[in-house]
Amino acid sequence: MTNSRRLLTAVTGLACAFSSGCGGGGSASKSNVVTQPGQNVAPITVNAGPAGNYANGAFTSVTVCAPGSSTCQTIDGVLVDTGSTGLRILSSALTLKLTQQESAGGNPVVECLPFLGSYTWGPVQTADVQIAGEKASAVPIQVLSDTDFKVPSGCTGFGVPSADTLGTLGANGILGVGFFAQDCGGACVLAATNPGLYYECPSSGCVLTGESLAKQVQNPVALFSTDNNGVVIELPAATAPAATLSGSLVFGIGTQSNNALGGAAVYTVDRNGSFSVSYKGASYGNSFIDSGSNAYFFLDSSITGLPDCTTDTGFYCPSSPQTLTATNNGLNGTSGMVTFTVANAQTLFANPSDNVFGELGGPSTFPGSGSAQNFFDWGLPFFYGRNVFTAIEGRSTPGGDGPYWAF
Amino acid sequence: MSRQRDGLTQLKRLLQGAAIVLGATTTLAFGSLGGDAASVQADQIHMQASRRTTAAEGYTVHEMAGANGIIVREFVSPEGKVFGVAWQGPWPPDMRQVLGSYFDQYVRTAQARGGARMGRRPLWISEPGLVVQVGGHMRSFAGRAYVPEMLPSGVRAENIQ
Repeated sequence: MTNSRRLLTAVTGLACAFSSGCGGGGSASKSNVVTQPGQNVAPITVNAGPAGNYANGAFTSVTVCAPGSSTCQTIDGVLVDTGSTGLRILSSALTLKLTQQESAGGNPVVECLPFLGSYTWGPVQTADVQIAGEKASAVPIQVLSDTDFKVPSGCTGFGVPSADTLGTLGANGILGVGFFAQDCGGACVLAATNPGLYYECPSSGCVLTGESLAKQVQNPVALFSTDNNGVVIELPAATAPAATLSGSLVFGIGTQSNNALGGAAVYTVDRNGSFSVSYKGASYGNSFIDSGSNAYFFLDSSITGLPDCTTDTGFYCPSSPQTLTATNNGLNGTSGMVTFTVANAQTLFANPSDNVFGELGGPSTFPGSGSAQNFFDWGLPFFYGRNVFTAIEGRSTPGGDGPYWAF
Repeated sequence: MSRQRDGLTQLKRLLQGAAIVLGATTTLAFGSLGGDAASVQADQIHMQASRRTTAAEGYTVHEMAGANGIIVREFVSPEGKVFGVAWQGPWPPDMRQVLGSYFDQYVRTAQARGGARMGRRPLWISEPGLVVQVGGHMRSFAGRAYVPEMLPSGVRAENIQ
């Protein structure tokens, strides 16, 4: 333990003597302790990101190496995303030549990955991945490029634009450290059930292919030799808008002295990675926590009474900050109340040098939506002041097997 | 004998029916939102899906479940027009198929979306003549699209789910 760590622990211990919000997730208290960088701890920063205009994006650095070599490149400005799985790097940010993955027929494997408002397209390549002191070998990742392989009609058929450039992604890459060990899972193993994600691309054009679980784009954390059962995202509380916020991405759950669950409550999820949130007596079953969403997105103005913004569409614009409560319900019966505040997005965005918005909210659906479409998406503001554990599917932890969230 | 012949006649009728359906898929390769009821059949074949039809007050719902786990529900008016579509599954459906002639409008609007600040969030499109909303996360997508002007009288947007 370094001197600064010792000092921090001592200070925390002192603070705990006078406060009830110590010793664990602190979900109600919004007071938490952020672990210092180390072997299993990568620093993360919420700032404008490499494109200079991101709101509520948590970024870190990732080192990729040509497999089995010491030819490496460290890429900064990579978005930390607990809502997806897999490492994706802009081709334009990569100066290194990685190993192209090939199909059984010897053709390059290329992926189309749909997100909500965009898709990523580009070849699946293997790299050795290093983050902080953690290493994984021969990890299938996606290299994002619209030009290396012609985008097939099945991919443009998702209807959303591509996000394969700095301008459209807003980051140099995405580090998906969510519940799943692979991005697609069983559906992509056979070409017949592949929902449009994996292609093989002979010179005649790209066609759907089956992709085994091991060859799919992987959660790099699941492939680390140690601390591979999940992650903790630790960010201090942030209420007023700010330019930056510094925190930590800690690897492993209960594997080191710095990643114990402590008093955090475990919320298990369904097989799709969702739990339910109740609000004003109604329950919304497709809800989730996602560091890659950039606000609290929930319900609609007819239920919340929060007016939609007229210029910054997709966000709420109440005339004064509104404090709300909702209750998270894990499938294991754990429930816990969350108090959060939503302020006027237009006011929050007034100063262009601010990038951290702890009170940014928006609708997840339209007024009058049915319950099947209604959900809570606890985005990055949920992580401010709260250490959130994300346990990987099927991995053993002191809090039980993943997948689960704990906080 | 007569039974056998009946059986043969039935088989013939079935084959003729299948031929008509196949014909329909070639001429109605895309239909769905805004299309007529025959386009539902085209979607079913495109998705290689099983289909279940249920009647509600003022409309019918054709639910198709594909082998890839994606469920698409098409809402058909008494006049036989698809006025809304909802979907749920680990990944989005083929939107070109589901939105039919509204696909290009969707692409244009999704492309133009955004604001001064970058961020990842639910898709939220509301235009004259087309509403689309998509939410969820990797391995759990849900969404719907409808044409407000086409809603049969007495049917509300929240029925489309």
